[in-house]
Amino acid sequence: MRFCRDNETVVTVIVGKQTISQSAPVAAVPPGSTERDLRLDLFRGVALWLIFLDHIPQNVVNWFTIRNYGFSDATEIFIFISGYTAAFVYGRAMRERGIVIASARVLRRAWQIYVAHIFLFTIFMAEIAYVAATFDNPLYAEEMNILNFLKQPDVTIFQALLLKFKPVNMDVLPLYIVLLLFFPPMLWVLLRQPAFALAGSALVYVLAWNFDWNLPAYPNGVWFFNPFAWQLLFVFGAWCALGGAQRLSGLLRSRIVLSVAVAYLIFAFAITLTWYVEPLARFVPGWLSAWMYPIDKTNLDVLRFAHFLALAAVTVRFVPRDWPALRSPFLAPAIRCGQHSLEIFCLGVFLAFAGQFIISEWSGGPLIQVIISVIGILIMIAVANLISWYKRMEGRGPTARVKPPDADLAGGDV
Amino acid sequence: MRLAAAVLATLAPLAAGLTALAAAAPPEQCEVPQSLLDTGTDLSRVQNAYKTNHRIAITVIGSGSSGLNGPDGAHAAYPARLEDVLKQQLPGAVIKVIAHVQSKETTAAMVTAMDKILADDKPTLVIWQAGTVDALDGVEPDDFRDSLNSGMEKIQAAGADVILVNMQFSPHTESMLNISAYADVMRAIAEQHGAPLFDRLAIMHYWSDNGAFDLYAATKKYDMARRVHNCIGWALASQIVNAAHLDATRIQTTQ
Repeated sequence: MRFCRDNETVVTVIVGKQTISQSAPVAAVPPGSTERDLRLDLFRGVALWLIFLDHIPQNVVNWFTIRNYGFSDATEIFIFISGYTAAFVYGRAMRERGIVIASARVLRRAWQIYVAHIFLFTIFMAEIAYVAATFDNPLYAEEMNILNFLKQPDVTIFQALLLKFKPVNMDVLPLYIVLLLFFPPMLWVLLRQPAFALAGSALVYVLAWNFDWNLPAYPNGVWFFNPFAWQLLFVFGAWCALGGAQRLSGLLRSRIVLSVAVAYLIFAFAITLTWYVEPLARFVPGWLSAWMYPIDKTNLDVLRFAHFLALAAVTVRFVPRDWPALRSPFLAPAIRCGQHSLEIFCLGVFLAFAGQFIISEWSGGPLIQVIISVIGILIMIAVANLISWYKRMEGRGPTARVKPPDADLAGGDV
Repeated sequence: MRLAAAVLATLAPLAAGLTALAAAAPPEQCEVPQSLLDTGTDLSRVQNAYKTNHRIAITVIGSGSSGLNGPDGAHAAYPARLEDVLKQQLPGAVIKVIAHVQSKETTAAMVTAMDKILADDKPTLVIWQAGTVDALDGVEPDDFRDSLNSGMEKIQAAGADVILVNMQFSPHTESMLNISAYADVMRAIAEQHGAPLFDRLAIMHYWSDNGAFDLYAATKKYDMARRVHNCIGWALASQIVNAAHLDATRIQTTQ
């Protein structure tokens, strides 16, 4: 492994087959830039927990999740880091093995996610069918119409296989699948002309906003996470992984950027507060509301994107790559979860279903909600450890140093 | 003897007032924290109408969850309960509640039907319940927002105040129905138009949490549904009286 220093510009150089060398003009070169950046695992792990918590509706523990303190939420973190790791792993594969092999790996990954999604859908169907068979209350005559789709399973299941029918909280994986399907050509451009690729991605985002591009959903409407909009975050993550982060490092160290980011986070927090403390809403001037609302999640509102950027800027500033705490046992559980994100994400969706089911069968009060949240996260940690153990036994886990990163690492860890 | 009579004479109206108050108190089950009802917005048109001619005409526009099936459902549903409660609380005033409840009606359809309703009823206040059917049908939140917006404009242009009522808290369908996106839109729209939001979702959730109602229970009977609607009627009345400052007005007019 070699590092290339350049005092004027920050460059990314491909050295041999193995390594991207990185340099920063001022700061010391991060140690082992081809090693896993544990911060990514940490924040993805935390994002997975938050997504799990947010997926249990009306859960009291939700008050701790970041969506209540600003515009963006765990989804942004998850998609950004997924883009980052996808570029990191498949970018190397594309340089070393060529576009065909790398694309095949990306597509195989998309297929795995598709299978996982359909598995979750089956569990969802089982839950709905059970509720339809056992629950009745005239107070909810209208709401129970949601079960109508059971009357035509031929259509519903077919639409689910086409990713058009997506039950609540099952929108993230289809987004991920579509993002991966279009990733090979994007990665190809990113490796050659990163700025051009990022500009293209931004252009698609703008066009999607202007022309209302989105994919159709069933029974009507469009995808909850618009892939044409959310791809920006994914590609931005990929761009950062392929040298963009170094290019931004000077900017990230500037005091002005930090102040702007902090100011924006405070502003977003203040606005979010007015959503929950109704009487405060009157302090938000009318022109601001008119300009600001709606803050659109479907199309990744610019305010959300900016909030994520501000959050990331502040985080990167205070959590350096070699932060000692990253090796501490307290953060290990979150890091473990982040390292097996697909498995843990699916598990989280399932646990949220199961938790919700238990709450509704047992009339859950706040105490049960807390217990279910804690147990859910403990199960996620336990399973993540189990997977790590299994991979270690198989001799191909992220801690194994014997083999070079192979398709399984790519498959298992993006 | 004369003293006693005098005391009695002064006490009698007081006692009568007290019994009236007792009659006007909601069932304990219906208790709602003031913070859930106070939205910091005024219903000035309702206040004016009450002050000047002691008359409040209320139109309820809603989908299935604004009505009840079963025996005498129309009278047990919250629009009728609201009318009864307001009549008790504002004696001497002419209170009229007309309900236009159409099950499976989306917000866009309500807006289309709204012109005629507003022209016919000439309401002082429109209570607009929406969102559930849109969430069920998966109407795009953007389209939902546009419909709400144009409906709010129509109502306010017709010279009426408006209260938006969001969805019911329905624990069994919660994980299947993404209502939060629609609830967020309703909150924002209410705010933009300076209208109170009747946060039925939060209120019913509160009742569920504090054990007032077991909303998780499966039943074919109508009792609980009727009691819930009764409490919604009470809570709505309380929000209207507060937001239109009818308490203060009533004291002034009776003095």
